[in-house]
Amino acid sequence: MTAIRRYLPSWLSSYAALYILFLYLPVIFLPIFSINTAATPKFPLSGVTLHWYQELPRTPALIDATWNSLVVGASAAILSTVFGILAARSITRYRYPGRRTVNGLIMAPLVLPEVIVAISMLLVMLQLGLSLSLFTVVLGHVLVCIPYSMTVLTSGFEGFDRSLEEASADLGESAFGTFRRVTLPMVAPAIVSSLLVCFTISLDEFIIAFFLTGTEATLPIYIWGQLRFAAKLPGVLALGTLLLAASFVLMTVAEILRRRAARRTQNEGGLYA
Amino acid sequence: MTAAAEGSPPLRMARARRSPLLQSEAVQGIALISPTFLYALILLVLPILVVIAHSFWTQDYLTIDHTFTLENYRIALTEPIYRDLLWRSLYISLTVSLLTVLLAYPIAYFISFHGGRQKSLWLFLITIPFWTSYLLRVMSWKVILGYNGVLNSGLMGLGIIDEPSTALLYNSSAVIITLTHAWATFAILPIFVSLEKVDRTLVEAATDLGDGPLRSFLRVTLPLSAPGVISAALIVMIPTVGDYVTPKLVGGKDGVMIANAIQAQFGKASNWPLGAALSVTTMVIVSLMAGAAVLVIRALQRLAR
Amino acid sequence: MLERVQSERTISDRAMIEIRDVTRSYGAFKALDNASLVIREGEFFSLLGPSGCGKTTLLRMIAGFDTPTSGSIAVDGQPMDGIPANRRPTNMVFQSYAIFPHLNVEQNVAYGLKRLKLQSGEEKRRVEEALAQVSLTGLGKRRATELSGGQRQRVALARALVMRPKVLLLDEPLSALDKKLREQMQVELRRLQQAVGITFVLVTHDQYEALAMSDRIAVMFGGRIAQVASPKEIYQRPVNRQVADFLGGMNFVKAEIVEENGASLVVDTLGFGRVRTDKPKTFVRHGGAATLGIRPERLRVLWDNATAKFEVAGKVVERHYFGEITHLIVEIPGLEKPLSVTETNDFGADDIPVGAPIRLAYDPEALVAMAD
Repeated sequence: MTAIRRYLPSWLSSYAALYILFLYLPVIFLPIFSINTAATPKFPLSGVTLHWYQELPRTPALIDATWNSLVVGASAAILSTVFGILAARSITRYRYPGRRTVNGLIMAPLVLPEVIVAISMLLVMLQLGLSLSLFTVVLGHVLVCIPYSMTVLTSGFEGFDRSLEEASADLGESAFGTFRRVTLPMVAPAIVSSLLVCFTISLDEFIIAFFLTGTEATLPIYIWGQLRFAAKLPGVLALGTLLLAASFVLMTVAEILRRRAARRTQNEGGLYA
Repeated sequence: MTAAAEGSPPLRMARARRSPLLQSEAVQGIALISPTFLYALILLVLPILVVIAHSFWTQDYLTIDHTFTLENYRIALTEPIYRDLLWRSLYISLTVSLLTVLLAYPIAYFISFHGGRQKSLWLFLITIPFWTSYLLRVMSWKVILGYNGVLNSGLMGLGIIDEPSTALLYNSSAVIITLTHAWATFAILPIFVSLEKVDRTLVEAATDLGDGPLRSFLRVTLPLSAPGVISAALIVMIPTVGDYVTPKLVGGKDGVMIANAIQAQFGKASNWPLGAALSVTTMVIVSLMAGAAVLVIRALQRLAR
Repeated sequence: MLERVQSERTISDRAMIEIRDVTRSYGAFKALDNASLVIREGEFFSLLGPSGCGKTTLLRMIAGFDTPTSGSIAVDGQPMDGIPANRRPTNMVFQSYAIFPHLNVEQNVAYGLKRLKLQSGEEKRRVEEALAQVSLTGLGKRRATELSGGQRQRVALARALVMRPKVLLLDEPLSALDKKLREQMQVELRRLQQAVGITFVLVTHDQYEALAMSDRIAVMFGGRIAQVASPKEIYQRPVNRQVADFLGGMNFVKAEIVEENGASLVVDTLGFGRVRTDKPKTFVRHGGAATLGIRPERLRVLWDNATAKFEVAGKVVERHYFGEITHLIVEIPGLEKPLSVTETNDFGADDIPVGAPIRLAYDPEALVAMAD
């Protein structure tokens, strides 16, 4: 027993270190092989080059896909954050019957198999006579982004001291003025964080885009198409590395903002501190 | 209470004014959430209903025959190819969720109980890979497990094997490994949250009452974190059963899963009703399996006492 | 000392807040049950009661954050029905202070002024003046997050006062402070109220706070107003046992009514004999029984051979030492419950042995009749 007590934490921490390695190792091979001169990803590296990166801007299809991804990502981020703000505000501020059920439904895409979500939307869109395009991709991405937006925003809105808004009204400010001068500045970091998270998800999302797009490719679809050709692998690895870096940066910023929002809305001092 | 029955004029007026007041809170809340709710209704619930409807119809080239039939379900449940795919998908998702939960629990425990001030840093470290593209993560496993991949070349370099092994890639084990890696974070977070909620003084109380660290863990911490374990298992099991990318990229012939067959019905094979029936069957069976998993975990939780 | 300050200002008879038959119900539950109250201009008025008694509900209805289910509220002669919080001549100090964390002290105080579109010099001057009133001069650039609890409270006060409201509402403003700071702020709040002359309405569950600061107090229980009176009267002549109990220790003695007329009551008691006492305004007779009450400090220990015109004799059964005072529990033959007595320790009350015989002097004026 005493042995367990003494050694457990150190066992656990070595396990934790191994686990982190397990999480990161596969991902790390992408940048490593993206600077390999040979097309096959194997050790030892045959030489170091930035050739594959230099090739990227010279591929018109890739430029198109990047542009498509940016447009889809920005639209999905804005739309799902707007939906997320409304829902998160309603969930954190009001009590009403059916609140949990509605919340559960909105969060459902998080735990449903993406393929099934995608094909069901595909069926409906085809029935409605919508032609598949980047617009339908945006519709799909908004659906899967809303749960994430909700999560980020609820953590920002929760603990928001209601008396702050009352204080503003008490000091003569109108409902709109209160929103502009108190609510918005307080939750702005959470909103920006939600925008970044949704943008990142949309940027990386494959399945829904794969089913719902027409002829236009987003970046993951472009990558998917390239994977069939072994010779194209290094280029895909280079592109993947850039995408990884973008996700990493965006998510780090989002996390910092989310924390700041959560800290800000917590009512320091006072009774509920 | 009795005054209300009397129905005196001021009270009647009071009631008339009260009802909008009582509702106003609820009405505002519902009004605020309704756009998001409607969106989910139109793009999630309606589509799923449409899929369910399709599963009872048949398709003749490009026209849908709207006569009610169970034929699709008969095919889905009895044709050996679909039955095998379903079984394999269920087996893979069950194995993956078991593995992820087993692997994730110690990490969640470590962060929650021994994370100290670095708690949020640990969580951040663990969530970051999750935010990278799923497609890219699966791709990197292909790079690792491939014939000319990292593992083979590494093992050969170390002289453990003479020629590249083909056993690593294109089978269900490769799918399981890849999915376990991909869903790791999803399992850690709910377990961590439920461990955070465990009142530390309860563990101290158990120790005070004579339990050693192992016993107090088994009798207090583990049962109290069961809700986290349940949601971790479900959150991994349900989506993985319908995974498409992983089997397609690293599964090969032996690793094909039901989602690939579903996709085929909506693509090349172009039999929407059958694809719909396969989707519905998958969802129903995975829900049943998830329910069973919940019951098993609850039973184990009771046993622990 | 407070007595002296209190006498400096005279409160006009003009009503500032009129609360008429106000009820607030949530389904079957009545948070406030047919309350009526008039608060005068320039008054420091306290709503006192345990949590859930409806005092905060009433305050929030005056502020406009809650609406009466029935009844009406008027401020300065103007009916408040349908007028939102932001257009009422009241300002509030919130229990959590609700200091805007994204603004500094100055910006917090100037928050409400911004809408008045004052000239920039005027706005600055008023902010400075308000900060000086609460002794925060020079802290204007501090971030809200860098303030101590007491400072946050002062910012909340300045932010409300700068609006020059007709009524300042204070929702348990001192409850988050520690004991010492709380007592200091009680004195300061009272001084501030005297200086600005605005009507203050304070919600509190702390009876000492209410007694120390208020001109008048309304004691509330279960959504109803039990008594409205000056601190002294509330303490000395509580209308019922509940009020008496809430405002500190009280010995209750069973009594039998011998004679009842307009303003007075003659009763017979077992320990204190026949007593003539003022009849409370709200006194309702239930048969022949009544209750008398006497505060523990109104019973004085009689030392050695000293005598008094009115005295009871008994035996000390418990003694509790509290530093400057000693709390004695004394059994009196004939009384069903022993009496609580608090005695200062100047003469050695802390040395009285348990079991010793003891005589207590009292003033029959201190025995008050009350409803059960």
